[in-house]
Amino acid sequence: MKDAKVLKNSYYDSVTLMSTTVQIKKDLGLNDLVMFMGTDMNKDMIKSVGLYHESLDEAKPNDLMLAIDMQDTIDHWVDEVIKRLNSKKKTEKKGEQKLTSIHQAKDVLDANIAVISVPGIYAAHEAFKALDENMHVMMFSDNVSVEDEIKLKDYAIEKDLLVMGPDCGTAIINGKGLCFANQVKRGSIGLVAASGTGLQEVTVIIDRFGGGITQAIGVGGRDLSEAVGGKMMIKGLDALDEDEDTKVIVLISKPPHQTVLEKIKERLKHVTKPVVLCLLDAHLDEKIDRVSFVSTLTDAAIESLKLVGIKTPDLLAFDDQLKDQIKKNKQRFMPSQTKIKGLFCGGTLTAETLSILRPLVNKVTSNVAKKTDEKMKDPRVSDGHNLVDLGDDIFTQGKPHPMIEPTIRIDRILQEAKNPETAVILLDFELGLGSHEDPVGITLSGIEDAKKIAAQENRSLAFVGYVCGTEHDAQGLKKSENLLKNAGVIVAKTNAQAAVIAASLVNEVK
Amino acid sequence: MSTKNLFKEEIKVINVGSPSFKQDYEKQEVPYIHLDWAPPAQGNLLILHQLNELRPYQTQIEEANLKAVEKIKSAEGRLIAVKQAFDVIPNMSKHTILHAGPPIEFKKMAGPMKGAIIGALIYEGLAKNEKEAIKLAESGAIEFDSAHHHDAVGPMAGIISASMPVHVIYDIVNRNYSYCTINEGLGKVLRYGANSEEVINRLKWIEKTFAPVLNEALLLSGGIDIKSLITQALHMGDECHNRNKASSALFLRDIAPFILQTTFSDQEKKEVFEFIQKNEHYFLNLSMPYCKVALDAAKGVKNSTVVIAMARNGVDFGIRLASSDAWYKAPANYVKGLMFPGFTEEDAAPDIGDSAITETCGIGGFAMGGAPAIVQFVGGVVEQAFDYSRKMHDITAGKHQVFTLPTLDFMPTALGIDVMKVLETGTLPIINTGMAHKEAGVGQVGAGLVNPPMACFEQALTDFVKQIKEDRT
Repeated sequence: MKDAKVLKNSYYDSVTLMSTTVQIKKDLGLNDLVMFMGTDMNKDMIKSVGLYHESLDEAKPNDLMLAIDMQDTIDHWVDEVIKRLNSKKKTEKKGEQKLTSIHQAKDVLDANIAVISVPGIYAAHEAFKALDENMHVMMFSDNVSVEDEIKLKDYAIEKDLLVMGPDCGTAIINGKGLCFANQVKRGSIGLVAASGTGLQEVTVIIDRFGGGITQAIGVGGRDLSEAVGGKMMIKGLDALDEDEDTKVIVLISKPPHQTVLEKIKERLKHVTKPVVLCLLDAHLDEKIDRVSFVSTLTDAAIESLKLVGIKTPDLLAFDDQLKDQIKKNKQRFMPSQTKIKGLFCGGTLTAETLSILRPLVNKVTSNVAKKTDEKMKDPRVSDGHNLVDLGDDIFTQGKPHPMIEPTIRIDRILQEAKNPETAVILLDFELGLGSHEDPVGITLSGIEDAKKIAAQENRSLAFVGYVCGTEHDAQGLKKSENLLKNAGVIVAKTNAQAAVIAASLVNEVK
Repeated sequence: MSTKNLFKEEIKVINVGSPSFKQDYEKQEVPYIHLDWAPPAQGNLLILHQLNELRPYQTQIEEANLKAVEKIKSAEGRLIAVKQAFDVIPNMSKHTILHAGPPIEFKKMAGPMKGAIIGALIYEGLAKNEKEAIKLAESGAIEFDSAHHHDAVGPMAGIISASMPVHVIYDIVNRNYSYCTINEGLGKVLRYGANSEEVINRLKWIEKTFAPVLNEALLLSGGIDIKSLITQALHMGDECHNRNKASSALFLRDIAPFILQTTFSDQEKKEVFEFIQKNEHYFLNLSMPYCKVALDAAKGVKNSTVVIAMARNGVDFGIRLASSDAWYKAPANYVKGLMFPGFTEEDAAPDIGDSAITETCGIGGFAMGGAPAIVQFVGGVVEQAFDYSRKMHDITAGKHQVFTLPTLDFMPTALGIDVMKVLETGTLPIINTGMAHKEAGVGQVGAGLVNPPMACFEQALTDFVKQIKEDRT
């Protein structure tokens, strides 16, 4: 039986709703349950899952919508659901002062950063309030309009403040990680990035080889668009150039708009410190004093380490053990098994893999590709060498990002296992703050099941995994890597190496 | 705080949104506050858009609001005389009837207001009975207007006709006046729409006996400092809207020696004493015009989003801004609270009267935290009253340092309701008020709490945005 209910003026944040929906569904044995605030977008979402009821029409953005599909009718199902939802909400400490606005909170704690992760339509409003209070802003929220982003960044620059984002997943300020960040050593390399997992990958590699960072500033994926004009990238660059502790600066971005690139290059001519400019998937024939141009995250890390006097081994090279593993896996493939299926949680890691695989394999497509002929027709449908970013909006509507909830990737792993052309399943795992508490552990059963499915048709799958993290991350790098190794997964040293391993598994060479 | 400094300081976070980040701050020992966040403007994107449109004018508006609040606070209202309305109220003719709330035509008026008008017409001798009075009221020969348009206010129906004596309040700082009738007491009274002979006789006594005595006493006194009485009464458990016990007693104490010195007979003096002494709400008709005179000081402050009047006519609730003469109206809500024995919520008329002028000036519901005794009356607990008084600071542009609440460690009351803050926070002003019976003449049926409709503030914002943009071009 289907039913729906609107609860007036009952705001719950989407993370709480999403994180409790699964549990409540399980507890009550429901066929389906959706809990959303009453925005038009959310109504469409309920329609799309076929649980919409006209009683939801009246819901306002501050009202909670519940839509349910029950096997057996549960009396008072609304009470049952709310009881469970509130039991989660009530974990807050008693006597904790309820503060509802940034202005009030600022009176209690002289905070210097506002971390904003409310729905995008409200995020700019809160960000302005934070800037009014002379606070720096980290905007995790996405779906903020370009106009607001420009206004916010102009206002911030006028006040000598940072606006990291919108859609900024990662920052490390004074050694403290915000949102998605790894525990890395402090040191002398400062970074500004328009990419979350890109920033994580570079800081993790720097850390792994004994380097450390001063600040890692995220600016949001749209900062280097023509409209926004790289305002925060340049602001961050200036800030790091002024910062006494920063000796080397790394800038990371997808290739920016030409006009923005010119602006950045112009600014780089006047920077007093060595700079590594990492423009993913772009090769620039430029020469600017003190500036090194690289096009992969691995190279950005290696180059910056070199500049602070740390030598690194060849991170793409294969040792004997790895060569042996590759050989054994290749021998077990059936003739039909020729394709790589990359299933990623990290968007920039997907993009880096695409850039590395392009010259190594024949025709690879991805949902993060910019070029039309490299675009996947439908990211939900597997076809050839595919690199799928599962953080794509079409997978995350109303669901947590796969870095928070990697289980949503398991279904896709099983789907790929059924495909006779699948040879290699390439996976990334992000550790650190914000990420799932055990992304590897939760995926292992999926890997086992995938192997079984393939085995039923006498196929043997090769799994290649990369864990982006450090030993100091709560999930533990070694522990995570060992779990993968014990499950027969080939574990790479960097995301780039994982791509090369995958390529060599499907290539005839060597 | 500059970016350079950020790198040298300990980071402290205000987390707005997902609570899942809290554990990460705790793990890293980052000091943080997690906001109890709800969508601003109750998720109304149109309002949010308009609020954001005002960002370029923020400094101007803040300065204007500060100015408005300073003006209101500066008011030093003195009760200087009791005079007949016709003699003192501006633009008052023998055929003028002033009423509470925003302007409304006779036909659309609520029961209690119609009843009071019938009474007033009989009292003025313009009609002999109810039937004649109605005929006259409907004929167009009577000029009805909002008391607010004449520097006056009145509780409940708020009817003022030409012969009625009114308290005259003069602000010695801003040099403006305000007016309010004499409170008749509880029971069958004109302000609740009663118009029987008993009611008319009392009005006549007020006119013929009470007013002359009090007026002479006031002349002898040199004026009574109403602001000071409010200040003292707030420290004695009054909030000067629904509870006026202490303030009425204080007023009687101040005026008593001067009544004694008047030239009237002992009998007349005794009657005047008893009238004030028996009416616990006498002071309401002084706190209201004090608030009116103070708020009017902020009239005409350009670019201000501060509310200077909240008033109801029993049909509509209206608000006015310092920066505009317009009324922003929406259907009045029903009061929620305690019903007097024998009455049910169905008996009550919608929210009525000018008395919400007290809340507009930072007392009444805004000072409820200092008046624990009335908490039961409005159906709540003391802690709730504290919360109301604290919460009102979220929606005001300033505070009234003179009006303080001992129970809240002498916290100043919230002053200067800011339309922008009301809309942004979704928090409405709290009004502490009486309930009138929907039929004329029955009287008070209960008391409780009520809010203005949000639509009043929405209209005010829309108009304000339009105005400020026009002014720039």
